[in-house]
Amino acid sequence: MSATPETLYDAIQEARSQYPTRRGAVLPALHLTQEAYGWLSPQALEACSDAIGYSPAYCQSVASFYDMFFLDPVGTHVIDICTNLACALRGAGELVTAFEHELGVGIGGTTADGTITLRKAECLGGCSWAPVVAVDERYREHVTPADVAKIVSDTRNATGARHA
Amino acid sequence: MPEWTPRLEASVLLDFEGDLRGIDAYEAYGGYAQLRRAQAGMDVDALVAELGGAALRGRGGAGFPTGRKASFLAPGAERYLVVNADESEPGSCKDRELLLRTPHALLEGVLIVSTVLKLTRAYIYIRGEYLTEAEVLEAAIAEARARGLVGSPDADGYAPEITVHRGAGAYICGEETALLASLNGFRGQPSAKPPFPAVSGAFERPTLLNNVETIATIPAILRKGAETYHELGTEQSGGTHVMSLSGHVVRPGNYEMPMSLTMGHLIETLGGGVPEGRSLKAVIPGGASSPILGPEALDILCAPEALAAAGTMAGSAGVMVIDDTTCIVQLALRTAEFYAHESCGKCTPCREGTRWIVDTLRRIEDGIAAAAEIDLVLQICDNVEGKCLCPLGDACAMPVRSMVKRFREEFEAHVELGSCPLHDTSVLSTLYPQPRSLLPLLTVSPA
Repeated sequence: MSATPETLYDAIQEARSQYPTRRGAVLPALHLTQEAYGWLSPQALEACSDAIGYSPAYCQSVASFYDMFFLDPVGTHVIDICTNLACALRGAGELVTAFEHELGVGIGGTTADGTITLRKAECLGGCSWAPVVAVDERYREHVTPADVAKIVSDTRNATGARHA
Repeated sequence: MPEWTPRLEASVLLDFEGDLRGIDAYEAYGGYAQLRRAQAGMDVDALVAELGGAALRGRGGAGFPTGRKASFLAPGAERYLVVNADESEPGSCKDRELLLRTPHALLEGVLIVSTVLKLTRAYIYIRGEYLTEAEVLEAAIAEARARGLVGSPDADGYAPEITVHRGAGAYICGEETALLASLNGFRGQPSAKPPFPAVSGAFERPTLLNNVETIATIPAILRKGAETYHELGTEQSGGTHVMSLSGHVVRPGNYEMPMSLTMGHLIETLGGGVPEGRSLKAVIPGGASSPILGPEALDILCAPEALAAAGTMAGSAGVMVIDDTTCIVQLALRTAEFYAHESCGKCTPCREGTRWIVDTLRRIEDGIAAAAEIDLVLQICDNVEGKCLCPLGDACAMPVRSMVKRFREEFEAHVELGSCPLHDTSVLSTLYPQPRSLLPLLTVSPA
């Protein structure tokens, strides 16, 4: 069901049918747009605006509220390390260091080949399986520094884009 | 998929091993029988009486009686049910397990409530990060639709509908007015009440808003009978709660247990206690926003009223265990950083106060704060708590204040030593490396 720039308009119309107001479908429309374009570029926001009927500025003003919408380019894949309390108590800080070393970039950075963006996340809701790392929103649980190299190589070798 | 904790004797909601993800498994377990009962003619008063008799209280954190909430829903031609699956309180991960293991229990609860109240549509607002969980829900809805449970008119011509609505990463959207703003297509900022959601909520129509666990428990209550369910818990908090146990324990996990048991039962008997060679230092009993307790927590009942009497709260039942190697200043700092990040920026005390709490705690952790800055933290907390539109400001001020008050000598040791006394042992130190050389930059004197 993943949207492409070609199917985006129709996908957004379908989402609209589930809401009594046009505005209610703004968040689903932004999700679909990011899926189609990888990030919410000015061009992507134009396409979202065309399909949902709110201005690109309005779409951007909603998107900028949320952590999961990218208003700047990101890597093909995104690795989120949860560093909130439950994960921090079980060694999330060491994972941050391990991922930074393995990828050669700091938090917020993207590898030179553009494949992976590394981020710190607030609580992902996996506290009892801490520490948790989300690779393109797929959770890895009880992650240790020893797992980092394999997670990175699996992510690099993954075919297709996020959420595909 | 994570490993699940084994079934416990008192389990009601998680009274099975493994998962009941498929509709066949759920029906074989007795699922959807209560929906058929509701379809056969259960009226609002009967449902409200069952929920009241069970003493079911909301499982999202506020603990409001569920039956009473349902009875408040204003009349109208278009009315909605919104399920809060935005589980984001640090320490809480129970809804995730329910969504993954027994999605049909939630759907059956949604369908029962929708059918009895004749609601136009149900929206399940699920946090954006729960992508797998949203897919599991979508698959379960498709199965229910194929069996005619969703989207097909019943004898009265009523056809329930369910939409999974994904959030996009904002803690504040777990707060009801922010969630509704987000669902309505605005930035997820809270607003003043009234109007209450029961009058004007989703799409400005009367809306019933409940947590995942609350709704998923309804079929189990109807199956067991309100009295039987109530008796499992305490007088004021009926039945069982799913408690999320995390932090420094041998067996973290989600444990469903009656509220008549102690924190000690959860942490030591079920969770195996703190790892060998360590000792218990503190317990955060109800998610990151709840005031911290010392080892005395073990003797306190898990019931909301018992935790309230101990000066803290049960919140969303996320219990985090902290051992003696951990620095409480780092813990306070990490807590405050979270709330500063998640402040929506609408109210000044929260937007500014949370950042000032972070900055001041960071100075204490770095060993560059003056002694007076410990009281400054408390003063900022006073200027935040109770002065904001929504509970986020309180959620930052309450735990930080409790950490300063309960472990004040540790804050003072940072100031006296000029560095973190637990830096070598505390697992949070990797997040807060000590500065090599920093001189006190300012002299702050709280007025």
